[in-house]
Amino acid sequence: MAAVATGAGGLAALAARFRTCPVTGLKVDAAAETLIKANAVAAVVFLAIGGFLGLMVALTRWQGVHLLGPDAFYLVLTAHGINVLLLWIIFFEVAVLYFASAVILNSRLATPQMGWVAFVLMVLGALATNWAVLQGDSSVMFTSYVPMQASPLFYLGLILFAVGALIACFVFLGTLVIAKEEKTYEGSIPLVTFGALTAAIIAIFTIASGAIILIPTFLWSMGYIRHIDTVMYKLVWWGMGHSSQQINVSAHVAIWYLIGALVLGAKPISEKVSRLAFFFYILFLQLASAHHMLVEPGLSAEWKVFNTSYAMYLAVLGSMIHGMTVPGAIEAAQRARGYTNGIFEWLRKAPWDNPAFAGMFLSLVLFGFLGGISGVVLGSEQLNIMMHNTLYVPGHFHATVVAGTTLAFMAVTYLVLPLIFRREVMFPKLAKWQPYLFGIGAGGISLFMMGAGTLGVSRRHWDITFSDAALGFDYPGAAFLMLGLNGFFAILATVGGALYVIVTVASVLFGERVGPEGPKTPISAAQAAVVAASVGKYGSAGTLHLPGTYVLITVFFVSFVLYYFVNWKYLSELWPMG
Amino acid sequence: MAVHPPEAKIWWNEPVAKGELLWVAVAFLWGVVMFVMMIWWHLEGRQNLSTEVYRIDPELFRSRTEAFVERHKVGEEGNTGIPVARVPPGSDAYMLARLWEWWPVLELEKGKTYRLHLSSLDWQHGFSLQPVNMNIQVHPGIEHVLTITPTESGVFSVVCNEFCGAGHHQMTGRIRVVEPGRGG
Repeated sequence: MAAVATGAGGLAALAARFRTCPVTGLKVDAAAETLIKANAVAAVVFLAIGGFLGLMVALTRWQGVHLLGPDAFYLVLTAHGINVLLLWIIFFEVAVLYFASAVILNSRLATPQMGWVAFVLMVLGALATNWAVLQGDSSVMFTSYVPMQASPLFYLGLILFAVGALIACFVFLGTLVIAKEEKTYEGSIPLVTFGALTAAIIAIFTIASGAIILIPTFLWSMGYIRHIDTVMYKLVWWGMGHSSQQINVSAHVAIWYLIGALVLGAKPISEKVSRLAFFFYILFLQLASAHHMLVEPGLSAEWKVFNTSYAMYLAVLGSMIHGMTVPGAIEAAQRARGYTNGIFEWLRKAPWDNPAFAGMFLSLVLFGFLGGISGVVLGSEQLNIMMHNTLYVPGHFHATVVAGTTLAFMAVTYLVLPLIFRREVMFPKLAKWQPYLFGIGAGGISLFMMGAGTLGVSRRHWDITFSDAALGFDYPGAAFLMLGLNGFFAILATVGGALYVIVTVASVLFGERVGPEGPKTPISAAQAAVVAASVGKYGSAGTLHLPGTYVLITVFFVSFVLYYFVNWKYLSELWPMG
Repeated sequence: MAVHPPEAKIWWNEPVAKGELLWVAVAFLWGVVMFVMMIWWHLEGRQNLSTEVYRIDPELFRSRTEAFVERHKVGEEGNTGIPVARVPPGSDAYMLARLWEWWPVLELEKGKTYRLHLSSLDWQHGFSLQPVNMNIQVHPGIEHVLTITPTESGVFSVVCNEFCGAGHHQMTGRIRVVEPGRGG
């Protein structure tokens, strides 16, 4: 194992494992680099599959098109959730973990062999679960609520995938230990690595929850266990299902900081505050299982109120802090470079034609305004009565996971291509448009699903005209309009997603190799030098002047408060119940 | 930069900018407001989910619902053969969920309060009352007793909004709300 090969005799071999990045000056471990590539490629493959399935879902819910039949629809919807929500995101996150540990810390990766074991397990698990779903007897949705039962292979695949992801987390932690021991960096780990560490800690909690519930469920599907309690299943399953979305939040917030740093030289305005915000995630995000239990029988109101609010909204506080410190760091960097006119010159003159920056900023705005606000409203105990299991729920999480996480991951890919794959980004004009198309598409999907959900439309439902139900019902006409618009924006997002896959795959396979002087676009050594030289030192109190950021967060806060109370007004009009 | 270790080795002693501190304070206080809002609604609000819940054998729930229908049946819903139960104001109403129907149809009076018993005989289902838009999860083996008061008359539909297999989209039910004293 690599860890053993670090004796004096192994030093020469070790030196050969590294190259120096011409842009960042970081030492890059070849073993880490290959593993990052493998995981990133797997991620993009599953994104392409899952994204296409998502388009079919949207085109079926568009009643004017109504593409698929009922059985195919429920099968495709199950596969869509697994491929994008689980496979695309976790594969990419593993790549992020290796990058944030080995590459950013100038370190060798711990036990690359175990990294490959993790990768193989994850691929096998992914294939097994997909195979089970394609057989047609496991259309149980991503959530697979008992006592609805899938085939044993469905659960087994998920367990294998989770074990692989767990190993990857430990490779990450091992790399942190090695880097510290071999003194590859000075002082504390960088903020981006701190964010990745947050993600890894939450991932371990998540996977443990998954094991606790999926292993008995697997045995139950084999006939060895007679009964799984339905409420307990949901409570523990969401310990995995929701917490895994918090891995995403931690990872994409780390990526926001990363892109700000690499493209604009942005430094955290306060290390203490930004780290504290990540720390709140570690302490409180795990309580979010309650978000799925708010209209469930058998749980006390006290339990619901405490857990759904992450112990008085302390994890929301973490996100609201990042919502200020990320644009704040960018504004500070831009002002330091001379964009000091008015309130918003720094934002107007930001590199909007750089897909890494454009994707990152759109991700930040869409995640905050659409995903964040809707998430808090949805997670308020009583408000949930108006929203549970309506399309509002997928509307919310497409804002967080698609417009937020996925767009951030796409954005960082434009840096990973030149820096890790060492290929120039092909079709730069298409790449320039990609984040806008995808961001607007994903934003539209989220908004119109939330709109349909507000009108009561059920999620995971093949036919809201109820054409073959014994007792008919008509949703309001506006609901059909919303679903049509959802379909239209899903097409936009698909075009954006397809552009991403085309640019990425073409660049990896056919892109011009990056020479020793470093890449030309979208980030270059020369640009990096300018960034580093012009920003200088800041980060202490008193030197910061961030009027633009204060305007942005004020707009955000006012929207948040208004939308929150409007929903309580709607709630008060419902039939009284208790 | 965020990809480098903090410039100040003792970064946790660095002062924090006033504007940043202010935002942290505002965000924290807003969290407190939202937390208190949920508690306040339990005290003053009129839409809270009942916590009256019992474990029950699905067979027992089925027989209780059937007995309830026998006592209160006043007809059938159109030509569907589904019984309509007229519930005496203030009393207990039963509605069961099974693949793939909500059974029976209930007739309630506007402005009167009822104890509505919900449970599933097989899988999980979602009780989604439309167009009121009230949504409650229904589990097998658990009887959930809600106290509800219809505030408008008309025909309301119950849509299943928890995925329950191939016939999920056919699973509907109905609640009729009539003006007080106008039963039938």
